[in-house]
Amino acid sequence: MSDVFVVGIDMIKFMKAGTGPAIDVLGAQVALMALDDCGLKIQDMEAMYCGNLGQADAMVGQRVLQQIGQTGIAVVNCANACATGATAFREGWMAIKAGAYDLVLAVGVEKMGSGLLGGGGGRTGISKEGLLGSMTMPAVFAEAGQEHARKYGTTFEQFAKVSVKNHHHSTMNPKAMYQIETPLETVMGAEMIAYPNTKLMCSVNVDGAAAAVLCSEKKAKELGLMKRAVRVKASVMTSDPWQERDLVMPDVNTCTRVAAKKAYEMAGVGPSDLNLVELHDCFATAELLHYENLSLCGDGEAGHMIDSGAVTLGGKIPVNLSGGLLSKGHPLGATGIANIYEISTHLRGEAGKRQVPNARFGLTHVIGLGSACAIHILEKAA
Amino acid sequence: MSKPLPVVDFLKIPDTGDPYLEAHKCGVCSAIYLGAREVCAKCSTRGQLAPTRLANQGHLYVYSIVHRSFPGVDVPYVSAIVDLEGGGTVKGNLIGVEPDPAKIKMGMPVRVVYKDALGRKDRDGNSYLSYFFEPR
Repeated sequence: MSDVFVVGIDMIKFMKAGTGPAIDVLGAQVALMALDDCGLKIQDMEAMYCGNLGQADAMVGQRVLQQIGQTGIAVVNCANACATGATAFREGWMAIKAGAYDLVLAVGVEKMGSGLLGGGGGRTGISKEGLLGSMTMPAVFAEAGQEHARKYGTTFEQFAKVSVKNHHHSTMNPKAMYQIETPLETVMGAEMIAYPNTKLMCSVNVDGAAAAVLCSEKKAKELGLMKRAVRVKASVMTSDPWQERDLVMPDVNTCTRVAAKKAYEMAGVGPSDLNLVELHDCFATAELLHYENLSLCGDGEAGHMIDSGAVTLGGKIPVNLSGGLLSKGHPLGATGIANIYEISTHLRGEAGKRQVPNARFGLTHVIGLGSACAIHILEKAA
Repeated sequence: MSKPLPVVDFLKIPDTGDPYLEAHKCGVCSAIYLGAREVCAKCSTRGQLAPTRLANQGHLYVYSIVHRSFPGVDVPYVSAIVDLEGGGTVKGNLIGVEPDPAKIKMGMPVRVVYKDALGRKDRDGNSYLSYFFEPR
């Protein structure tokens, strides 16, 4: 079976939550940017897959087409928590893989509110937040990190170093929400939200959008689009297998491990072949877990890995060169396509100051809590 | 004064005797769930889940100290996940300990205690009984 290629891809510079245009306008802008990136028109697209969470019941994909061209194509709206964008991308990949289409558009778009996510009150009775612990996202991911600390002695400082690194990377990414260095003492001294996550160790709520044009191999060759094309070597999605603490502690580890194993098998490459990784750093505590979940290092070695600089630009396997969700920002429905944009930009050799030299393989990973995991392995085509 | 309501449906308040937490256990694979259900999510067996009383002793698995919450929620407080003796994992507030990482040890023994739900009442003015963890 022939491969699927990303031929056009782009993202909007992420902006402060609530400051972007209306969702359909935001989605339309990014869709046109992705089409322009490969010189195609909306009339060339045979289907559209749209990822959005905040207005999941409001036909966002169709409304985007109402802004840029109502061509009558199939539109599928996807919602899958923070894996929403990756889900839309993957649905497009699958449709081409199945031979249904040659050219599809995947859009991820989100307008965010500000403040804490998660921890919503019950439908009846009284609020349980702060009574039966916390279900806010900073606390949930703090507890996930504490599990690593409990097993391996991972420290607050090691978790904080993730934020230092990702903020450093974002100074080289003009499309990130922030471009500021945050030294270790600044990160550790920031307002504590949910120990061990300080404010600078929590992802940034932003308005943002990213879009990709996916294409069959035959069509990409026919259109002469292979020069900047990116091959999708693996696309894998999992849900959370049963775990004994599931009901009180979402498990982001097992679904990632299962997905990673399948993705490496599908791609025929291993973690040591990767030149860069964009993984789901929704909180600094989460990033370290995924070094091990993705087999970038052995179990218990994540703390050493961040200390060693191996995951910083210039290191053995740079992670979150975009600035990650911690500094680039996390527009839930757009994140899964924005991280594919980051990898594609490196594989095309167009990443400017943060470019990984001679990048050939990259991996993207997202987690939607509840849980969904999506992993894509991408390869430079030409 | 009317009897308080349980904060969650797996907290049971019998007419006589002490309140307790109730799980449902799969008769085939022994997986434990909080609240009643028909099918086991671990082994997919139907109709084999039976109520079982959870222990009031356990050990702190992990925690976070929450400093920022929603308006009206007192901070800081300790959000804790506790493994109960004999099976079952429950999440709640850890009380009776300073909210300081130096004072909280993962793995430390705790007990389940039952108290009023921090004065919270529903729209009809009902009081609730909640559960908490404290060091033992």
